[in-house]
Amino acid sequence: MGAGCNLRRDKIDRRNGKKGKWMLFRVAERVGGRALGATRGLGRTGVFLAAAVWNAVVPPYRGRDILKQIHFFGVKSLFVIVLTAAFTGMVLSLQGYYTLRKFGSEGLLGAAVALSLIRELGPVLTALMVTGRAGSALAAEIGIMRIGEQIDSLETMGIDPVRFLVAPRIVAALVSIPLLTAIFDVVGIYGGYLVGVKLLGLDAGQYFGHMKASVELADVVNGVWKSLAFSFLIVWVCSFKGFFTERGAEGVSRATTSAVVISSVLVLIGDYVLTSVLL
Amino acid sequence: MNCRDLSCEQCTVGDPEGPPILRLVGVDKILDGKKVLDHIDLDIPRNRITAIIGLSGAGKSVLLKHMIGLLKPDRGQVLLDGVDLLHLSRKELFETRRRFGMLFQSGALFDSLDVFGNVAFPLREKTKLGEEQIRERVLVILRKVGLEDAEGKFPDELSGGMVRRVALARAMVMDPEIILFDEPTTGLDPIIRNSILNLICRTFHDHKFTMVMISHDIPDIFNWCHHVVVVHGGKVIEAGAPKDVRNSVNPFVHQLVQGDIHGPVHLM
Ligand SMILES: Nc1ncnc2c1ncn2[C@@H]1O[C@H](COP(=O)(O)OP(=O)(O)OP(=O)(O)O)[C@@H](O)[C@H]1O
Ligand SMILES: [Mg+2]
Repeated sequence: MGAGCNLRRDKIDRRNGKKGKWMLFRVAERVGGRALGATRGLGRTGVFLAAAVWNAVVPPYRGRDILKQIHFFGVKSLFVIVLTAAFTGMVLSLQGYYTLRKFGSEGLLGAAVALSLIRELGPVLTALMVTGRAGSALAAEIGIMRIGEQIDSLETMGIDPVRFLVAPRIVAALVSIPLLTAIFDVVGIYGGYLVGVKLLGLDAGQYFGHMKASVELADVVNGVWKSLAFSFLIVWVCSFKGFFTERGAEGVSRATTSAVVISSVLVLIGDYVLTSVLL
Repeated sequence: MNCRDLSCEQCTVGDPEGPPILRLVGVDKILDGKKVLDHIDLDIPRNRITAIIGLSGAGKSVLLKHMIGLLKPDRGQVLLDGVDLLHLSRKELFETRRRFGMLFQSGALFDSLDVFGNVAFPLREKTKLGEEQIRERVLVILRKVGLEDAEGKFPDELSGGMVRRVALARAMVMDPEIILFDEPTTGLDPIIRNSILNLICRTFHDHKFTMVMISHDIPDIFNWCHHVVVVHGGKVIEAGAPKDVRNSVNPFVHQLVQGDIHGPVHLM
């Protein structure tokens, strides 16, 4: 009987050993699968980016589509940009005033507001607002074209969908987002003026005088570089997500959400990287 | 000329003996881990109307997308006049596709364009025609599909049957040499359906072209095509002249042609 028991335990041990090995294979398979999937995804993003840039740079250009997209990115985002900018400037001014007053240098308020806006908040907040308003719509629109076989339909007509859909949007974003950023900066500065000068009683000459003295061309250029980089990033991520939407309405909603989340996060990460490079 | 079906003399002359325009050789395709096409060998005769029939989910639409290079086979070849589509560069593939017109099962109209814009789209993008000539051509074809009054409507204002007719007009407006139709007549009332089939037939009379048409109109479709292909479970199980397919001894084909609920396929 003892021998029989041992035999059975042997059998169980062997089976467990086999199971362990089997599990190990499964884990390796899953990790490998994930890694392959990630590499493939990364490759696809890269190829998509290269195709988009190539088609945006090499003629023929689709002038009318570019104008339409400038309207879509620029004009349609204008209201929300002006609104955000005004309140951002106002709150900056309010906070700045109390902080600066502690050091008795509230006279520098104009410079502080302008520098924060031009170097940092203008490009970043514009990019985030445009992502929320236009980026999400862009991902959804292209996603719907994908699931409705409209992109396939372009392909069957011998029309490159990247050239047709993505390239004009890249050009339009590169034109309109920096302009929106400039508008954001100006409106924000006047929002700050409203609070600092009209509400808190700072001298207007002082507000603008210090601003003029401390904001340099390099600060403006810095902001422009940032907003150019963000424009590019937004269109790339949002159109990529739309372009490779999975099937069904659920696929489109997932693509839209992840387009907004990923572009927003990348804008913030990119902002840090660019600030450290451009500083 | 009023062509009731393809039995008239003019529709059967031509060059059926010439080499097939499209050949699929040993085509396999796996989608989402499922074998959707399983070693497909198929010839599409030149200047003939070929109908593909089969159950829902048999792989007909996937098969059609392989013929125009929208989907790439995992294994096998898709030969257009002897040239493998897989070996073409993207540019060459786009050039090749000028020879095709395609109607998608969903219609695939552009939401942002009205009916006129949709039909004019390939002409505007792919030809150097002036706006005047484009307008003329689009109106002619819209009249043929009975939609001349709808030119200003947007796709979301159209009924399913209208979408299909606009898509049909768009697929034919460039006078392509090979037309791929994914269910051109599904969801249409009998009068419109027959007019569409009649239009296809008349166009075929006037300018011979090659057409591949997926259809569920069995057995009517046998009168409107020269060649029938039966697809089942990702395989071609029968191919030949309509009368041969109609009299096939294959029990599945027999059941499909008769629309019988008893046979190899049980649903309930
Ligand atoms: N893009 C895709 N990804 C994954 N699976 C797909 C895809 N397209 C089709 N399939 C699957 O392939 C099979 C065949 O689909 P297909 O659309 O070719 O059917 P069909 O014969 O055209 O049917 P129907 O007559 O209903 O249109 C189905 O099981 C479908 O789920
Ligand atoms: Mg189908």
